[in-house]
Amino acid sequence: MNIIEAIGLKKIYSPKGTAKVHALDGLNLTVPKGTVQGLLGPNGAGKTTAVKVLTTLIQPTEGSATVAGIDVIRDPKSVRRVIGVSGQYAAVDENLTGFENLEMVGRLYHLGKAESRRRATELIEMFELTAAQNRPVKGFSGGMRRRIDLAGALVTRPEVLFLDEPTTGLDPRSRLGMWDVIKNLVSDGTTVLLTTQYLEEADQLADDIAVIDGGKVIAEGTADQLKARIGGHRIEVTLIEASDAGAAREVLGRHGEGEPRIDDDGRTLEVPVIDGPRALQYVLAELREGSIELHDAGIRRPTLDDVFLKLTGHVAEEDQKAGTEEMETAK
Amino acid sequence: MSAVTEQRVRTGDGAVTSPMAQWFSDGWIATRRNLIKIRRVPDILVFTILQPIMFVLLFSQVYAGAMAIDDYTSFLMAGIFAQTVIFGSTFSGSAMAQDLKDGIIDRFRTLPMSTSAVLIGRTNGDLMINGISMLIMMATGYIVGWRVTTSIWGFFGGVALLLLFSYAFSWVMALLGMSVRSPEVINNASFMILFPLTFISNAFVPIHTLPDVLRNIAEWNPVSALVQSARNLFGNTNPTFPPPESWTLEHPYITVLAGIILMLLIFVPLCVKKFGSVSSR
Repeated sequence: MNIIEAIGLKKIYSPKGTAKVHALDGLNLTVPKGTVQGLLGPNGAGKTTAVKVLTTLIQPTEGSATVAGIDVIRDPKSVRRVIGVSGQYAAVDENLTGFENLEMVGRLYHLGKAESRRRATELIEMFELTAAQNRPVKGFSGGMRRRIDLAGALVTRPEVLFLDEPTTGLDPRSRLGMWDVIKNLVSDGTTVLLTTQYLEEADQLADDIAVIDGGKVIAEGTADQLKARIGGHRIEVTLIEASDAGAAREVLGRHGEGEPRIDDDGRTLEVPVIDGPRALQYVLAELREGSIELHDAGIRRPTLDDVFLKLTGHVAEEDQKAGTEEMETAK
Repeated sequence: MSAVTEQRVRTGDGAVTSPMAQWFSDGWIATRRNLIKIRRVPDILVFTILQPIMFVLLFSQVYAGAMAIDDYTSFLMAGIFAQTVIFGSTFSGSAMAQDLKDGIIDRFRTLPMSTSAVLIGRTNGDLMINGISMLIMMATGYIVGWRVTTSIWGFFGGVALLLLFSYAFSWVMALLGMSVRSPEVINNASFMILFPLTFISNAFVPIHTLPDVLRNIAEWNPVSALVQSARNLFGNTNPTFPPPESWTLEHPYITVLAGIILMLLIFVPLCVKKFGSVSSR
């Protein structure tokens, strides 16, 4: 049974004086029960809009969707009883303590006072926030806020959990911590729809990935299937001296398929190859003959970054920018 | 839907089930959130306690000498009360805008709570703030010589009318707060509304001293009717200045009650409808 089903979702905004914006442009999505579905795309691809439609926050211009068999347009209130939502803005009340935030959510799910308190305590322990539970959230770190926000989404042990960019703006350590938390959650069978602009995150957490761009799904499959679509190995070498880049580029060009690419740092070069190990042997031998010293060298399998580039024709370049913006607002 | 039933079972013995009980519970939880905020945010307390003291002292001490009114303090106090509680209502505007920006409205809207609860909680929060402000102002007023010369009923009637008016006005500001793009805008926008609204009235000066155009506006301004009602109820009428000969100010109670009811009838449904469709960004 598909626990989330979206058919032909469109969301068209018509801001005054500008062209219409198709935030969603015929999005189809099916998520089987008990799986983690990744929704991967750059900023502005329509990920958040899709989540907002499915979580009853906005009405689509066209199309239909069900969550746990309930129509999100016709019966939003019933949908709200079975979902948990954790957004990218860590939607918690800054002036309330961690405990008060969770208790409030429980009360608003109508669990009653005693049950709300019991569940809040349980979640605080589960998310290792016991020491901070009686401090206003205002003083929490970015990672702690996200944990409280995620805990808020879990108050009723929802059937379907929506995680909208759960680690955007977090530092790498908090991100790894968040991944562990999410991995634990999904191991007990909760269905999760996870949006992310971090390709690695989808690879780590999701069973299936839908790549989304321009408001619709442009590719679907497991991480491996998506990688297989662009196929082949790559050889990547990192030089000690950037001044050797020209010579190294010639060597790579001789043994690779197509133009070698040089990274922004000017010292890392890569090229697609057909027979990885054999090509690497030749490349290394010739680099040594040319007295080009290496920091690192190896065969690389395609990453989701490569998939994205291949599928959309542009790099998911907004990653960095969006990340820093989030950091700023989080302060 | 089996999913829904399971969810209900899980909620256990203390669960709130009847729709009416849920509505009250949601409204109370949302109110409690705002009461905690009043306690924890120093800015709000400063505004609530210090600003009324400042206004009472400034106006009563600075203007009294220049005004050609005997006992200007008595004349002024109803005006100060009205102005302060109306300004207090703007918290609903900035708080709704801020909540929207923070994304917490999104969280509330994904919970199975009553659509009006957040707004009820917010406007109740303003009512609390204004209640505190009223107490502070009345105490300060007493020190500078303001007295209620009618009865205990007049006193309570006047306070109730002031708070009721400010409560209705909170809904106007809440709608404004949900309609602007950022909390900063609401502060500027509200001053553009509040100053003309409270100053083009009989709050600080006798209306008959105003130029014709402003006098007409002031006579129909519901704030004038509010201030006039409060003056009558507190017995702060000044025999040297009979109210101007306009129907609205000869019948201030009907006018102000009509204003309050109209504001609620228009803005409560608009707010609830708006809340059902707003979302961050």
